[in-house]
Amino acid sequence: MKPAIDIRNLGKQYELNESAPYVALRDILSQSVKKVFSPAAKKEKFWALRDIDLRIEPGERVGIIGRNGAGKSTLLKIISRITPPTTGEAFIRGRVGSLLEVGTGFHPELTGRENIYLNGSILGLKKAEITRQLDAIIDFSGVEKFIDTPLKHYSSGMQLRLAFSVAAHLEPEILLIDEVLAVGDLEFQKKCLGKMEEVSRKDGRTILFVSHNLDSIRKFCSAALLLDEGKLIANGPTENIIQQYIAGHLTTMALQEWPSGVQAYNRQLLLKKAWLHGNSGVMTDRFDTTESIGVSIQYEVLEEGPVFTHGLNLFNQEQVMIFSSHDVISPLSMKKREKGLYEATAWIPGHLLTEGIYSVDTALFNPNPLDIFIHESDVLRFEIFTDYSKQTARGNYTADIPGIVRPLIRWEAQQTF
Amino acid sequence: MEQPLTHIKPPGRFSTGFREIWQYRELFYFFTWRDIKVKYKQTSLGILWAILQPLGMMLLFTLLFSKTLKFDTSPLPYPVFVLAGLILWNLFQSSVSHAGESMIQHAGIIKKIYFPRLIIPGAAVLVSLFDFLMGFFIFLVFCLVYKQVFHWYTLPFYLSGLLLLLLAAFGTGTFLAALNVKYRDFRYTIPFLLQVLFFSSQVIYPAQGVSQPVLKYVLALNPVNAAIELFRCGLTGQTPDFLLVAAGGTTTVIIFLAGLYFFRKTEAYFADIA
Repeated sequence: MKPAIDIRNLGKQYELNESAPYVALRDILSQSVKKVFSPAAKKEKFWALRDIDLRIEPGERVGIIGRNGAGKSTLLKIISRITPPTTGEAFIRGRVGSLLEVGTGFHPELTGRENIYLNGSILGLKKAEITRQLDAIIDFSGVEKFIDTPLKHYSSGMQLRLAFSVAAHLEPEILLIDEVLAVGDLEFQKKCLGKMEEVSRKDGRTILFVSHNLDSIRKFCSAALLLDEGKLIANGPTENIIQQYIAGHLTTMALQEWPSGVQAYNRQLLLKKAWLHGNSGVMTDRFDTTESIGVSIQYEVLEEGPVFTHGLNLFNQEQVMIFSSHDVISPLSMKKREKGLYEATAWIPGHLLTEGIYSVDTALFNPNPLDIFIHESDVLRFEIFTDYSKQTARGNYTADIPGIVRPLIRWEAQQTF
Repeated sequence: MEQPLTHIKPPGRFSTGFREIWQYRELFYFFTWRDIKVKYKQTSLGILWAILQPLGMMLLFTLLFSKTLKFDTSPLPYPVFVLAGLILWNLFQSSVSHAGESMIQHAGIIKKIYFPRLIIPGAAVLVSLFDFLMGFFIFLVFCLVYKQVFHWYTLPFYLSGLLLLLLAAFGTGTFLAALNVKYRDFRYTIPFLLQVLFFSSQVIYPAQGVSQPVLKYVLALNPVNAAIELFRCGLTGQTPDFLLVAAGGTTTVIIFLAGLYFFRKTEAYFADIA
């Protein structure tokens, strides 16, 4: 059988404009005047994708993994023909549908039913196909009561359900899902993904799935691609690729040592070392969700006199800042220091973080008035996993739980009569 | 089942892309249908508006000009004369301004999904054509009221005039639409350009009344004038002014091709810059 997607030497180059993505005519006119007097400024270019060679067989479910800006979304955009490649070519066998497009073209003045037709045809369905699926779509959306009411009277949740419902009944041969861009009612979204999965298993549809959530990729995909800085780094069975991703890009780092130290701008401080450890003090970069995480730094005060405190920022693998904390508790906080070697440890409590890879920034600074002596980004990285033998906030639920943090909340309940 | 094969490659040689538009004809229909429906849902007068607007303008111009400036429009009575010009001008003006704005209005869709982009300005022109048909109906009523006679050649004259106007409006509209995506401040010049074009169109005055030689040739370049000329001569039976039709027809073809070419050349990158 011929591959569903056959990509050869594909590349996409973008021009970087200094400010706006589009230009104002006024700038062009003023620039051409300037050009007479000064040599043309070179436009910066960069390759969002480069030298991609790839074959995907019909019925494969392929996850696309990579950091932000690795080219994942650009690849989906080229495959769905939203933007053309700069080099190379691709052959796509079958209709392409995508969850990028949820609710695209909905119009508030039209009724739900009319919007189904409009949205369906934007997504590439023929009128006859929409008519055939109409009952199923309305049924799935759960808004049948209002189906002949203009969309402007719908709640945003209802609009979304209707939109997802059309997308879920798209039944293209090739389905593109960009989790980052699919927003809204998680419960319903899951229902849709479930529906897509069912369809894909039954009819052997090809699926490309972009997600930061390695767990969903593990569950949903048989194979995976690893992109980095626009290049295809690896391609193969999901678990291998995920391992490679974690090993390569999200390498955990339990220890960071600066041989000659990171010096503060005023030369008063020198950051020498940072490391991660558990309660026992043993250095590690893997913690289960219940464990406290110790983040320690060692630094030297080179001159007597600086007043500062310790700080840390924590980011998850989507680069979302989980929290920013500074030391307001330790006796050394905001105290005038003498020369010497110091150590500080921050304890991130257990039962707080969800599974994933986290990255730590450390800082020595004075928050008020703000004076940053040292701020080092991405100094340490660690992985959080679930130990199912322990009591966690998961209970015995093993599937995905949304949310940035997952604290173990104290619940109280009693029968009151 | 044979599955469609799509070949994705960097933008290459120019093609009109009409075959693909044909494949997407249902979407074309839905876009047009949506815009017409929404337009008339949003106004309280609804479809009546498409009739009242040219009617009101005609009354205004008749009151203002037929008595004061005394244009020689014979053998057409002035209301019929001005209405013929007005409905065509309205078609041109509304096509061009809506098509010109259309790509920016649809930026959200363009960034998310592929379809032949020409459908968007194309649908804007078709929506205006729908309004035109309403106005045309009123025009026919006035022809009857003023006892105008229809001839065997009326229909071919009208069809060719309408075709010329649609080609010119589509060409101008697509050109402006593409320009608007690229240069975001260009849109502010459109109302001004249209204003200039209006005064150079023989809507309220007959082009034959202009005797200044340079001005006469400049006016002939305006494609709207050719269409209006064909419309009026379809009723009067006079031979259309050769200069107006030949020069206007030539500019129409040039505008149409240039607009199409420019749009097709830039459309691949709309999603990147919109």
